[in-house]
Amino acid sequence: MAQLFTPATNNRLRTLLGFLSIGPLVLGYALAGWSRSGSNTKVEVPRNQPVPFSHRHHAWELGIDCRYCHQGVEKSGFANIPPTETCMSCHSQVWTNSPMLEPIRESYQTGTPIQWTTVNRLPSFVYFNHSIHVARGVNCDVCHGPVQKMQITWKGNSFQMAWCLQCHRAPERYLYRDEAHPELSPRQQVFNLYAKLQNHEELTDREDRILEGEGGDSDAPEELKKGKAIVARYGIKTQQLADCWMCHR
Amino acid sequence: MLDVSPLMSHTHDPNEQSTAKRPIIDLDAVNAKLRNKRGPEYWRSLEEIAETPEFQAWVEDEFPNRRDLAGLDRRSFLKFMGASLALAGVAGCRGVFLPDEKLVPYVRQPEEMTIGKPLYYATAVPIRGYAMGVLVEQREGRPIKLEGNPEHPISLGALDAQTQAQILNFYDPDRLPNVLNAGNISTVEQFAQVARDALAAQKAKGGAGLRILTETITSPSLAAQIEDLLKAYPQAKWHVYDAVDTDSHRVASEAAFGANYDTHYNLAAAKVIVALDSDFLQGRPDSVLLARHFADGRRTAASTGTMNRLYSIESSMTITGASADHRWPVKPSEVVGFASALAAAVGVPVAPGVTSVPASVVNAIAKDLQSNPSASVVIPGEGTSPEVVVLAHAINAKLAAIGNTVTYSAPADFRPARREDYSLAALTNALNQRLVDSIIIVGGNPVYNAPADLKFHDALLQHAKFKVHLTEYENETGQVCDWSVPLAHPLEAWSDLRACDGTVSLAQPIIAPLHGDETLSVHEFFSMLSGARRQGYDLLRDYYTTGPIPLDEKAFRRALHDGVIPGTASKPTQVPPVNAAALGAIAPKAVGDTEVKFALCPKVVDGRFSNNGWLRELPHPVNKITWDNVVEISPQMAQRLKISSGNILKLSAGGVDVSGPAWIQPGQPDGSVTLTLGYGRTNGGAVATTTEADAAGYDAFPLRTTTNMGSLGGATITNLGGDYRFANVQMHHAMQGRNIVRSTTLDKLKKDGPNTAYEFEEEEPHTWKENTMYPEEVFPWKGEQWAMTIDLNLCTGCNACVTACQAENNIPVVGKDQVARGREMHWIRIDRYYGPNEAREELETVDQLSNPSVVYQPVMCLHCEKAPCEPVCPVAATVHSHDGLNQMVYNRCVGTRYCSDNCPYKVRRFNFLNYTDNQTQFAEQDKIPLLRLLNNPDVTVRGRGVMEKCTYCIQRISDARIEGKKANLPIPDGGVVTACQQACPSQAIIFGDKADKKSAVSKSLTDKRAYMLLEDLNTRPRTQHLARLRNPNPEITA
Repeated sequence: MAQLFTPATNNRLRTLLGFLSIGPLVLGYALAGWSRSGSNTKVEVPRNQPVPFSHRHHAWELGIDCRYCHQGVEKSGFANIPPTETCMSCHSQVWTNSPMLEPIRESYQTGTPIQWTTVNRLPSFVYFNHSIHVARGVNCDVCHGPVQKMQITWKGNSFQMAWCLQCHRAPERYLYRDEAHPELSPRQQVFNLYAKLQNHEELTDREDRILEGEGGDSDAPEELKKGKAIVARYGIKTQQLADCWMCHR
Repeated sequence: MLDVSPLMSHTHDPNEQSTAKRPIIDLDAVNAKLRNKRGPEYWRSLEEIAETPEFQAWVEDEFPNRRDLAGLDRRSFLKFMGASLALAGVAGCRGVFLPDEKLVPYVRQPEEMTIGKPLYYATAVPIRGYAMGVLVEQREGRPIKLEGNPEHPISLGALDAQTQAQILNFYDPDRLPNVLNAGNISTVEQFAQVARDALAAQKAKGGAGLRILTETITSPSLAAQIEDLLKAYPQAKWHVYDAVDTDSHRVASEAAFGANYDTHYNLAAAKVIVALDSDFLQGRPDSVLLARHFADGRRTAASTGTMNRLYSIESSMTITGASADHRWPVKPSEVVGFASALAAAVGVPVAPGVTSVPASVVNAIAKDLQSNPSASVVIPGEGTSPEVVVLAHAINAKLAAIGNTVTYSAPADFRPARREDYSLAALTNALNQRLVDSIIIVGGNPVYNAPADLKFHDALLQHAKFKVHLTEYENETGQVCDWSVPLAHPLEAWSDLRACDGTVSLAQPIIAPLHGDETLSVHEFFSMLSGARRQGYDLLRDYYTTGPIPLDEKAFRRALHDGVIPGTASKPTQVPPVNAAALGAIAPKAVGDTEVKFALCPKVVDGRFSNNGWLRELPHPVNKITWDNVVEISPQMAQRLKISSGNILKLSAGGVDVSGPAWIQPGQPDGSVTLTLGYGRTNGGAVATTTEADAAGYDAFPLRTTTNMGSLGGATITNLGGDYRFANVQMHHAMQGRNIVRSTTLDKLKKDGPNTAYEFEEEEPHTWKENTMYPEEVFPWKGEQWAMTIDLNLCTGCNACVTACQAENNIPVVGKDQVARGREMHWIRIDRYYGPNEAREELETVDQLSNPSVVYQPVMCLHCEKAPCEPVCPVAATVHSHDGLNQMVYNRCVGTRYCSDNCPYKVRRFNFLNYTDNQTQFAEQDKIPLLRLLNNPDVTVRGRGVMEKCTYCIQRISDARIEGKKANLPIPDGGVVTACQQACPSQAIIFGDKADKKSAVSKSLTDKRAYMLLEDLNTRPRTQHLARLRNPNPEITA
């Protein structure tokens, strides 16, 4: 009877064992990496919509306030996707024959809602509340990216838990106030920044980074000091911010 | 031993349950054991005292009779483990891989609506015909919860379980969606055509062959519509029948005062209350108000307080008897004997009757009543005989109660003048004499719940030509009728209703009818009969423009907003002295041995809520049985007749048999059994008629006759043997042998003085405070520290909190079989403990089995500061928050159930079978989405394999916290109201921030009755209970 195992078997076995030992690790890292990549999180992937709505045109070029459409953002957990009626408040007068707006007109006539593709989505066990974030002066662009630049809306950040916790564990790194306008409430600070942008006022580097959707966080000692002062001023209980029930219940 | 994964649990054979071989309990031995107990010790079940194997099984294992993995062969074990691991891996990615979703906004968003915020609308829901003022929480157009309307005189912001459960009925997939003609789908239009033809035929005869049958009606505009119809058809007749029998009160009022008056009790002013077979704390349309006032009279500042005193003489164990300071079980026939003895003792000219209650006791009660003139009251029960009610009127008059604790007014409901004309018996006679061609039955279910001797079913079936049933469900009556017309649910129709005190409420629809125009409100129905169908709003608005209560637009809108029309309460009426002849006519009636008492179910009433899973699964407040009904017998009788719980008993009277499972009920009077009405439905929805584990129960109506609506005598009992499987929760989650219920008397509490903490009898004195190594503060954190107190002295065990929690927190119904396995999902359980009377020092002389004292103790997650569940969780799914909440993170939970195992209070619930989506025995798969509309969007709908428990209504805390932060204000005391606290009619639950020393909960925590459950375990629960107090009459020693 011939030898069952040739001398090469040793090497094959070693290679196999090598793969077996690092294989799961590699696979695990690959999966983890993929789940965080844009291909899964859809960050910076523009999404097709039934109507090619441009935030750049409406919010930046025309200067319409975010709250004109997202009217729940200061009051409720949901920012609110505007009803067709909101679109028609202008588009019954302007661009009334635009073929791009046909789905809007049809929806308004037939009473059938438009089905938008969700861009920013949280799992249903996360109870995010827009109103409290706006009330603490967190600018829309900090989370949503440079919305005023988006022709077709994309997702600005991954919205994965680790991403949320960056701020929830250290809000002083993210909280920002425009010192030129100390009289403004945190909520007004959010919209003041857009007004400055509209009026072509000079923006600081940090304001620029906020509006560029880069989060605008800072670890510079003097910025952190300011951030801590804001935390104290707003009465934010940082320890509590990372309690599970803040978001999960 | 490893136990099987939840995936497999449903493969168990139900016969495996240890309940299959239930030994007969030796009640003598039980009694002897109870006598030998020293100190106030409480027990939940006879099985516990007898230490039966069944009870042992429940103590040793939270979910007994599981198959363990050692019973699996190796191959199956590996298969399951492999499959579980693979599935766990996939399930873990739920949040990582995000599918595409669509966002669907409104086309025209309603003006007042902010998406994500609730809207509240005031309306009224009928409870046995009378208005209960509610606020309906509406989310994005869906009504999701009913809460009490603080402006409504009966609700005062609280609600009973039945009213709250109406929201489930609204989404019930079994509701009649369209007109049925002889079982075939038809349309309202077709029906209207046929109905108008039938009425036209009646026109010539003046309506001589036309009959209308309703239940109790309090809607002024509906009464006006019926009057109009009767004017158009002068020979037509209107009959009223309600299976909830209050005729005895009408008979008594007519006998005593010569006219029909409603009696109102003002317990707020009462110091001494005697309940004559009256369960006034639940089931009456005004129970919520009575419970509130009764509790107000017992809410005592720790040591200086005063308390009212309640004597209860009753023929079944009820929660009113459980709340009483003194209670005597008597046979139903004996209530009148006791009442006349008491009446004679307070000086009413009546011959004293015979009663088993000792004369010394009767005299002591009489003395107590007399020494509190104008602050004492006697309340007769709803099912008692008219004699008892007459005697109660006479006693109240004698005690100067009238005008103080008792007032009379014209009736709030509407019915024809003469009882003999409108009764169901008169209708049946007319049917049998073939005087009736057309009959319109509005609501109700008389074929099921009519007195058996009338044989209403046969009369209706054989003698009426045109039979219409306006109904929410196709039920037993609908089967007999030619036409079943869908009746709108109260939440989808315009209407008006009067409360018990006469206050008129406008009822507004919260949502368009689920089944569209095919459903009719009762007003629209009558408008359709007399011409074209008019919209409910127009009918109501017209009535309140031209009717007796004209409202201008502003007043109408105000009334809609507030939920009540101000100034419409009935004015108190002066009544003449009680007719001496009526008193003279009271004579003892001989009644045969073995009496049968008919009790309305505290959950489904007379069967009208049979199709409501929340109510069906609610544990009965006294015997703690879910889903079905039992025959309650006294321990002595069980021993005499060699009956054990679970034997099927055949009760025969007047040639009719009814068979149901026996249940040995401590406190049941000897020689009398109690049958609960409202079960054994044969039609009326999947839940009502469920056959799963015999959950439908037995029908007791066949024994109930016109002359014996409350009780009957001379029944014979035959033991058919057998071993019925109950889904009884009294043994579940037992904390055996531990001293967790505390009670004392008011006198003992006072004696200790105001400043010394009251020390309850402890077997081992506690030293944990000296020896603990835990720091005083859980976290070094300045902020809210949530805490709760539950006052056992105020808790009546009525279950309102359980249903409120179920509605608020998306708690599923699991079915009888699952409850029997210990898998009920209610986050709150109300433990009912039996024990000795606190007033009695000589415990050896007391027979606890025949008349135990009862203490109710609601237990939910206590949010221990040092929670034993937390360190054992391998994935940190249950952890502590800075403000003292024991958080449960569903998305992290992998379902090991270690936490539940380690919880000393057994308050964690495990979702074994994805109860929310898999209840195909109650609704077809394609109709389950309808029930999902009921879910509270602020609370996660938990899936299979996840542990859950009380969260202190974290969604409400979160909302208050965010709103407070937005306004830069701290959360005010009372800013967070938990669902259970909100619903509690007696306001026994207080929730708040204990870091704020001025808060209500902080004050309550310093009450010397406050104690922690199992304090010696050093878990430091945030929820504390306040000991039960009783206020016994020192002169009563028997």
